[in-house]
Amino acid sequence: MASEAVYSHRDPMLKKRDDFEDILEERRNSSDLRYALRCYTPVLYKGMTPCKANTLKSMVLQSNQLRYVISQVSKETGRATDDVREDASAILEEMAHSLQLSTVRFFAFTLSKVFKTLFRSICVNEEGIQRLQQAIQEHPVVLLPSHRSYMDFLLMSYILYTYDLALPVIAAGMDFMGMKFVGEMLRMSGAFFIRRSFGGDKLYWSVFSEYVKTMLKNGFAPVEFFLEGTRSRTAKSLTPKLGLLNIVMDPFFKGEVYDVSVVPVSISYERILEEALYAREMLGVPKPKESTSGLFKARKVLSEDYGSIHVYFGQPVSVRSLAQGRVNRCQFNLVPRHIPGKPSEEIQNFVNDTAYRLVRAQEENMVLKPWVLLASLLLQNHHQNQTAGQERGIALDELTAQAVWLRDVSREYGAFLNWPGVMTPSEVVSSSLSLHRGLLEQGASRRRHSRRGALEPGSRRPLLRLVQEPGAARLHPTGPAASAIHAATSNQKQEVFNSFSFLRNMFSNEFILCPGATVQDFEEACYLLVKTRALQVTQQEVLVTERGQRTLAFLTSMLDPFLQGYQVICRFLCEEVADTLTEKQFIPAVRKFIVKHLLAGRLRYTEVLSSDLQKNALAALLRLGAVRKIKGAEPGTLKVNAVMVNSLEDTLGGKLPMQKAVSARL
Amino acid sequence: MASNSGSSSSSDRQRIAQQRLRIIAGHLQRSEDGDSSSTVLLAAECKAQESQKTAGCSGEEKTVPRKRHEIMKWNGWGYSDSRFLFNKKGQAEFTGKRYRLSGMIIPGLKDWFEGTFGASLQHKTPATPVLTSSSVPPPTLNEAFVEELKSTGIPFSLEAEDRVFRAHGHCLHEIFALREGKFGRVPDMVVWPNCHNDVVKIVELACKHNVCLMPYGGGTSVSSALECPPEETRSIVSLDTSQMNRILWIDEKNLTAHVEAGIVGQDLERLLNESGYCTGHEPDSMEFSSLGGWVATRASGMKKNIYGNIEDLSQFSDGFAVVNIVRTDNFFSLSLMPKAERLHQGQPPLLQDEEPWVWSPEVTMKIRPMPEYQKYGSVVFPNFEQGVACLREVAKQRCAPASIRLMDNEQFKFGHALKPQVSSIFTSFLDGLKKFYITKFKGFDPNHLCVATLLFEGDREKVLQHEKQVYDIAAKFGGLAAGEDNGQRGYMLTFVIAYLRDLGMDYYVIGESFETSVPWDRVLDICRNVKARIVAECKDKGVQFSPLSTCRVTQTYDAGACVYFYFAFNYRGLSDPVHVYEQVEHAAREEILANGGSLSHHHGVGKLRKEWMRDTVSNVGMGMLKSVKDYVDPKNIFGNRNLL
Repeated sequence: MASEAVYSHRDPMLKKRDDFEDILEERRNSSDLRYALRCYTPVLYKGMTPCKANTLKSMVLQSNQLRYVISQVSKETGRATDDVREDASAILEEMAHSLQLSTVRFFAFTLSKVFKTLFRSICVNEEGIQRLQQAIQEHPVVLLPSHRSYMDFLLMSYILYTYDLALPVIAAGMDFMGMKFVGEMLRMSGAFFIRRSFGGDKLYWSVFSEYVKTMLKNGFAPVEFFLEGTRSRTAKSLTPKLGLLNIVMDPFFKGEVYDVSVVPVSISYERILEEALYAREMLGVPKPKESTSGLFKARKVLSEDYGSIHVYFGQPVSVRSLAQGRVNRCQFNLVPRHIPGKPSEEIQNFVNDTAYRLVRAQEENMVLKPWVLLASLLLQNHHQNQTAGQERGIALDELTAQAVWLRDVSREYGAFLNWPGVMTPSEVVSSSLSLHRGLLEQGASRRRHSRRGALEPGSRRPLLRLVQEPGAARLHPTGPAASAIHAATSNQKQEVFNSFSFLRNMFSNEFILCPGATVQDFEEACYLLVKTRALQVTQQEVLVTERGQRTLAFLTSMLDPFLQGYQVICRFLCEEVADTLTEKQFIPAVRKFIVKHLLAGRLRYTEVLSSDLQKNALAALLRLGAVRKIKGAEPGTLKVNAVMVNSLEDTLGGKLPMQKAVSARL
Repeated sequence: MASNSGSSSSSDRQRIAQQRLRIIAGHLQRSEDGDSSSTVLLAAECKAQESQKTAGCSGEEKTVPRKRHEIMKWNGWGYSDSRFLFNKKGQAEFTGKRYRLSGMIIPGLKDWFEGTFGASLQHKTPATPVLTSSSVPPPTLNEAFVEELKSTGIPFSLEAEDRVFRAHGHCLHEIFALREGKFGRVPDMVVWPNCHNDVVKIVELACKHNVCLMPYGGGTSVSSALECPPEETRSIVSLDTSQMNRILWIDEKNLTAHVEAGIVGQDLERLLNESGYCTGHEPDSMEFSSLGGWVATRASGMKKNIYGNIEDLSQFSDGFAVVNIVRTDNFFSLSLMPKAERLHQGQPPLLQDEEPWVWSPEVTMKIRPMPEYQKYGSVVFPNFEQGVACLREVAKQRCAPASIRLMDNEQFKFGHALKPQVSSIFTSFLDGLKKFYITKFKGFDPNHLCVATLLFEGDREKVLQHEKQVYDIAAKFGGLAAGEDNGQRGYMLTFVIAYLRDLGMDYYVIGESFETSVPWDRVLDICRNVKARIVAECKDKGVQFSPLSTCRVTQTYDAGACVYFYFAFNYRGLSDPVHVYEQVEHAAREEILANGGSLSHHHGVGKLRKEWMRDTVSNVGMGMLKSVKDYVDPKNIFGNRNLL
């Protein structure tokens, strides 16, 4: 049943999505205090009674798996078993949550106040809530919200509390714990803390995995974590991290639970609280350390209007049905299950594929606000005018007309667009613009794009957000397809496919692309474009229709900043790097190079400054073998294969045909 | 009632034999009250048997006659006179006189039946009443074989009734087809060898004329082992061993007996009892299943904790006639299977016993003096987890009673529904009090509690001591002793369950049981997952009502346990119920294997589970098995195509 939700559907337009309900409305009309103190009796998995945090800890410490690892560590290090057990216990202390209803009630009260001032509405699909409630009773549940803001997990718990659902335990990064007082508050509201990296620490890994598994297996509470591992600062989904997903699937593989339900949750903000911060980061300013005082200083954000939030609880996905025919569970029959082992290749592949699918499932249910469309139009207009050297800005009515066009196009592509039906388009446009007033300049009769120069962050941010969002998932096939058509030297279908495949391969660190689905994605893109009459595809050829020109131009220009960004980075590697450089040097050096080019006007897109993009590009080049890591010397020393990088640059720039070694043929 | 069995001196031995019979009657037969005729009759019959022993190869008046259909159902389980039915008042009753439950009203069954399956007494699915011989395909005969067989004087039959009876075991699809009056390929003739020499002659003739032989013992196979391979073009001859049912000798010095393989469990036990011995091998089907079948499938009796499974019991089988008897061996996946314990004892993993390869017309087996005292018991646990933990501890301390079984909550309720009407107000008052004590005073949730049934055997003092030890362990896991009666009823359930299936099939309910063995640490997981898988698959396949999906732990070993599943559902509204059933059973077996269970504990592989053999024993294992078969039976005379 649920598996279909993850495997993408051929026709997005047929996809039915649930309606939303505003949960703040009730808060505005009734007492927050009574709400915070109301009777809270969630149903749990198979009628379990909730478990005290201390009982949980002792269950973990006494588990076979941990005992085994403790004795192993003690043998390896020669330390007494008791000492090692002390260590394990300390790790657990540091990690464990201590969910308390009183703290939850405190949060319920304060968050009600805060949310009401910050947001116009918090919309939740109630059908999704009902599905979740059902799922919680049947199987252990894992909640996977998208991660764009600090608010995410407070918001999740808040919603679950509101609907009388079991409160989740949430995997949070250790950096939160560094925040005095706040860390403990979060802990008491159900967060548990994990170190960001503990690769080699067997004991830590074992305590951690056993802790998560114990909670999951016994169904004490839904386990919540962020697939992307950290907040995405670019509004694009990040490459999923597999560790936790592996852990929560493990009990199913080993038969310790019948099934695990995974629920992707998409949280879309109209305006993210951290937007100023992110915009700065996008230009390469590093992330500040989390601290209570920092949070305190940030309270000024509380005085602004952040529009509405849409939270979409997706279809619960049954791990069992996903694994059907893909994972042979018999592989665990020959070894006692408490002995930890590296997951087999079969399982790694499965977890990896599932992770991508789940991120895509999150993306598909992201709600698009009109502002996103406006932002993309404004930015494209800005860039075009910049190149053409024309006067900047766009007339309001022209913007409205374009927005209506884009609205219809994105609907055709299956985007989950939240366009208020009752208002006229111009009302919608002005209301959206007013929310983001700070980013725009308005001339006497024309709305103008902000002109405070290349370093004005706000004006740039929406574009990247947009990259992820118009038609969310839809962009991935169609975007590269459009660029591929644009880049291909002829209309030959095979050649377009080659270009597509090249771009897809190039950008697979940048976007969430399901591994190994090139042909499928290409066909889906063609199908969509043909269906919307933007393309005509014959056996051999791909032709752009009259009607499709505008759509394709739009889609192509969406990908442009990335094309240019990767190109610049290639150029940097060819021109500036004589022999080797270290990974640490890479970002500052490439920044310097880019700034130089920007100032000289040779670069159009300031987005290229984003360190995220730079890192992704480097990762892609490493993956393709154009840059290699050399062992021996300083850790992280990179060696550039100048010839290859050069040819990649030319290919990206359209000077060479895109002949990526095509193994997958049409 | 003891010593009226007739002629010879009422020696001690005879007395003990009678006592022993009563004990068996305890869970098999109707007990002493009033009608003791059945017991007497049985005892008398043994005497007749004794005298026949001298008469060599001819025999009549057997427990299992040649014309089985004269006393047994041709399209259901067991004796024709014993069946469950809902009487005019809508109450369930069990007909006949053979069993303890016979003639009794079972008031709780109807509600349980309707409540569990959503079935209704209004909706009946009666079976085809009589076998129409004309719809049975005519026999393909090998004339030369028949001619030569005639000259040997070995009795045979070409009648449709006889052939149909030997064309099936008791898998659901087999019985379902019979009830609908549908027949696939059936054996072309049935022969009844009377002794070892007859078998030799038949096999020689079969080899000479290239005829396919399919041995038939008790016909209780649940692995499709008796199904005639549809691709078989030769004439198929069913070799019914029922007339080879003598104990040839008893060696009291070494405590062994040499027995013909066609003897059914109840006869073997009865005959040995007369001499003051027993085998102690009591599989649930012991009324009908034969020694040969046990050896072939590696049967497991409920009292294996004292007496061992069949492979521990049988010492030498005088094997000559080629591969594969009725059912085939159950191999254990080379994982942590309980029976794989033997691997660690240095025996080679595959060909450790020759039984599956060699059909043995005669078997030498261990016997034991009859136990002096027998006692049932039961323990109530607050939940299944505690119960399993207790069984594990009992196994760890190696103090398992003759039998210890743990029923889950659903099965406990099932057993409860089979309580016969109580005669006195006092008993019902007492029952009410017990229930109150357990659920209210002890706080057991009636929807979670589960029951372990126990059977102790041995000399009186030891039994009492043993009993205390087991109850003490149980107490540590929250178990409360719940009386002998519950225990006895628990064992009765397993003997009548097959009759109950026939009742279900009269009302749109089909079901089956299957088993596995599994390491201790996975017992709970496998029980949960397989039960859940059955429910999920039924839902998925369009079964309208949630199925009955229940299990019990029936045997304990040092490293693991045997788990038995019952599964049944109401098939109203399904166009092809048997297919749905097969899909669900298939899924359940896959789930078992995925959870570390073995392919089979004692039902055998047959044809039903053959597809998983390769995964279980590996390519090398398959190759070894094949080469043995090719060596011993190159012409595939024993061509039932089981196992491989």
